[in-house]
Amino acid sequence: MNDRFEIPARLRNTSLALIAVGVLALIGGIASLLTSHVDTERARFWSVLLHDSVFFTLITAVSIFIQAAVSLAQGAWIVAFRRVPEAIGANVWIFGSIATVVLFAIVFTFKDSHGVNTIFPWVTPAADDHIIHGKSAFLNKGMFVGFTLAAVGLWSYFGIKFRAMSIAQESAPKNDTKIYWKVFRMSGVFLLVYALTQMSTIPWLWVMSIDAHWFSTLFSWYTFASAFVSGMSLILLWVVYLKNQGNLGLVTTEHMHDLGKFMFAFSVFWTYLWFSQYMLIWYANVPEETVYFKMRQQGPYSIIFYANFIINFVMPILILMARPSKRNYFTVTFMAMVIIFGHWLDYYQMIMPGPLGADWHINWYEIGIFMGFLGLLIFTVSRTLSKASLVPHNNILLKETAIHIA
Amino acid sequence: MAIKKFAVAAYDDEAVLFPAVKKVRKSGYKLHDVYTPFAVHGLDVEMGLKETDLHIAGFIYGICGTSTAVGFISWIFTSDWPIVYGGKPHFALPAWVPITFELTVLFAAVGMTLTFCYLNQIMPGVKKHVFHPRQSDDLFVMAIELNEHTPEAEVIKFLKSTGAKETSVQTAEEGWWYGRWDKPEAYEALNAG
Repeated sequence: MNDRFEIPARLRNTSLALIAVGVLALIGGIASLLTSHVDTERARFWSVLLHDSVFFTLITAVSIFIQAAVSLAQGAWIVAFRRVPEAIGANVWIFGSIATVVLFAIVFTFKDSHGVNTIFPWVTPAADDHIIHGKSAFLNKGMFVGFTLAAVGLWSYFGIKFRAMSIAQESAPKNDTKIYWKVFRMSGVFLLVYALTQMSTIPWLWVMSIDAHWFSTLFSWYTFASAFVSGMSLILLWVVYLKNQGNLGLVTTEHMHDLGKFMFAFSVFWTYLWFSQYMLIWYANVPEETVYFKMRQQGPYSIIFYANFIINFVMPILILMARPSKRNYFTVTFMAMVIIFGHWLDYYQMIMPGPLGADWHINWYEIGIFMGFLGLLIFTVSRTLSKASLVPHNNILLKETAIHIA
Repeated sequence: MAIKKFAVAAYDDEAVLFPAVKKVRKSGYKLHDVYTPFAVHGLDVEMGLKETDLHIAGFIYGICGTSTAVGFISWIFTSDWPIVYGGKPHFALPAWVPITFELTVLFAAVGMTLTFCYLNQIMPGVKKHVFHPRQSDDLFVMAIELNEHTPEAEVIKFLKSTGAKETSVQTAEEGWWYGRWDKPEAYEALNAG
């Protein structure tokens, strides 16, 4: 069994090339979009950065949630590849910091030629805009800054802390349960933190406040489900990659089957929330609510709206339903990539209609920035993975995970 | 169903049962079934049982439920009794999704339950031969089907060598039946021959 992960030159070069593409796209964006005279082009520069930084922050933060949830349930199945969510969670601070910078830049500096912040309209409301003034107790710069800093800070702390505790267990006395119970208690605390940030306030502030006149009480659960299923797919891709490199000998088809079940189940869960939000608004047919879907379903975003449904529901349910397909490395890898792309599109159609209206493009800039973040993710996570043993030695659940049956 | 002769062995430990099952399969004797007081992980693999097709049946039942719901509701609301509700179109698909979902689950659940009972030969009122009264208490009981090529003395000796606590030879109906066992003449014919 190969305990250590040496970063292959090919992976490092690929990630650096992707980062270079991202940096080039950013420079190109600054040169052609940020300095453009067209308002939507300048809005596009910022909202694409917002989209990717928020998406990557949320899907990496999911790794901390998974560790906490499974630790609290005393689940052993995850221990075989626990270093992967740990490594992803320990890098949340990087994506969180980028997202914080982008969000603050948009809130504090972005204005179109009429002096209106078209991305976060609550920053510069019209004097007679009673809806936004009515929400100003929550939708204001102080709340935004406070919640953003608190959420990113706490996620970063717990992400780094969980990994540090897991590594400390390796040098602890054999069968010592002190750290195990410490992780257990901290998991409970983290779930509370997570419920008050990712599962409620953070999507309201970061994403839903783009359509500041509109609201949905389901929104945070819906974005959480979206992030959760992509975060699971991300872990699965790393596990498959590391297994192909000859690491993670403890991970068997049974563990892959469980990851596949999560991908399948939470794709359905996502659809449930997505549809619940849609159907209630469709049924009630109240104009200030339906305006959200007017733009997305019948307006310029209808192709993304339907693609979203097909990629994130129809494909997972049909392809991942059968047992053999969840135990097949090719199918789960393929579906993990499809799901991550699908939920990237999902976040795209949550964010873009507000600032861009009909002027949306998925073009060199969108793809370049996405590749840049992807490269950053691969680079940072692989670097973290290579720093410690991939097998959590001395973990008291190690034997249980080795004989795990899905 | 057929009345057959079985060699029955009772084990009191999983650690003995697993190698015994392996040896029986290797020896070529026909393994009828293994009865355990609780679900034993991995025993199905050891016995060489084929993976169940129950989930495929479930998928088909679910599709039947979906098409029943969509077909029936759309027939009512578009051609049999079209009414305008809240300005919605007659073919108001989003409103039907919850009911379609419920009916899919109902068909799949009921269908799979009945199929499960059929596959496992359990149903209210159904009788099955019990090889050992303690097979639902604290013993693992293995039944091997005998035929003219497998003399019972040889099989019993073999079973004892695998670590069986108790062994016996029984003549029994292999399947399930309703009502009373009323074929004593079949028993006698077999036991005489």
